[in-house]
Amino acid sequence: MAAGRINWYAFAAPRRFYDLAGALIPWLGGLAALLGVAGLVIGLGIAPTDAQQGDAYRIIFVHVPVAWMSMIIYLAMAFWAGVSLVFNARLAAMLALALAPTGALMTFLALWTGALWGRPTWGAWWVWDARLTSELVLLFLYVGFLALHAAIDDVRRADRAAALLALVGVVNVPIIYFSVVWWNTLHQGASVSLSSAPTMAAIMLAGMLIATLALWCYCIAIVLARVRVLIVEREGASKWMARKEEWT
Amino acid sequence: MNWSNWAEFWAMGGHARYVWGSFAMVALVLAAEWAQLAWRRRLARRPEGLRGIALDKEVKAHEAANET
Repeated sequence: MAAGRINWYAFAAPRRFYDLAGALIPWLGGLAALLGVAGLVIGLGIAPTDAQQGDAYRIIFVHVPVAWMSMIIYLAMAFWAGVSLVFNARLAAMLALALAPTGALMTFLALWTGALWGRPTWGAWWVWDARLTSELVLLFLYVGFLALHAAIDDVRRADRAAALLALVGVVNVPIIYFSVVWWNTLHQGASVSLSSAPTMAAIMLAGMLIATLALWCYCIAIVLARVRVLIVEREGASKWMARKEEWT
Repeated sequence: MNWSNWAEFWAMGGHARYVWGSFAMVALVLAAEWAQLAWRRRLARRPEGLRGIALDKEVKAHEAANET
């Protein structure tokens, strides 16, 4: 390895990762708070009232970010689950396990805010529409992953079994994403697309993207914090951990 | 700014319970997630806890094995 290069593989060791994550968390948390406040001010204060939906549309500023994160976190969880299976890596399995609770909460919030948005705009809290149903399946996949992991006493075996479930379930993510295209759904199509101009006002789009960035930072921070707890729980008996000053 | 006074802001054009119900649930869930993790972190590191005692024994056994 050339001089001055960072050896990224070194961070695959839980001990190195523990310190790296600890250094990143305050920055990500601070950024999440700042962006979160900015997103709230734009979304609730500055953005104008929608001509069709009135102020109920403001739910978009939390609904779209949590719904995006619910899918992105699943992809990340399946990715690390795959890495943990292929390389038998402890840290990758811990990352997958740390992502699952946050992903489940994001999915719950997507369904909750969606219900509260559906009621005033569609007249129904819930419909068995392709988008809503596949998102509900996503919640069951997260809960299934966590339940399966908790049901097996040997953590390394639990990691492998849950990783397999995560990989099988990943097929659901494109189904959620394209459900509004493949089926005739009550749920509206994508608000933001890489291939076409945005269909919403610039200030609304800005508020939504800032709120999404805030949630990205929040999710990364809390997942890193959960990985640190998992490292303490699983490897707390290691000497390096026992001798850390923080241990007290 | 879209609003002329606070009452108008809280009323959200008659959609107050939907809008605030959404934002409040998001805030509640995120706060609860942090609180639960902080509690779990304390539990994992507490030396006087049952878990801490078990870990302490393991560390001592490990060190004793290394010395001999």
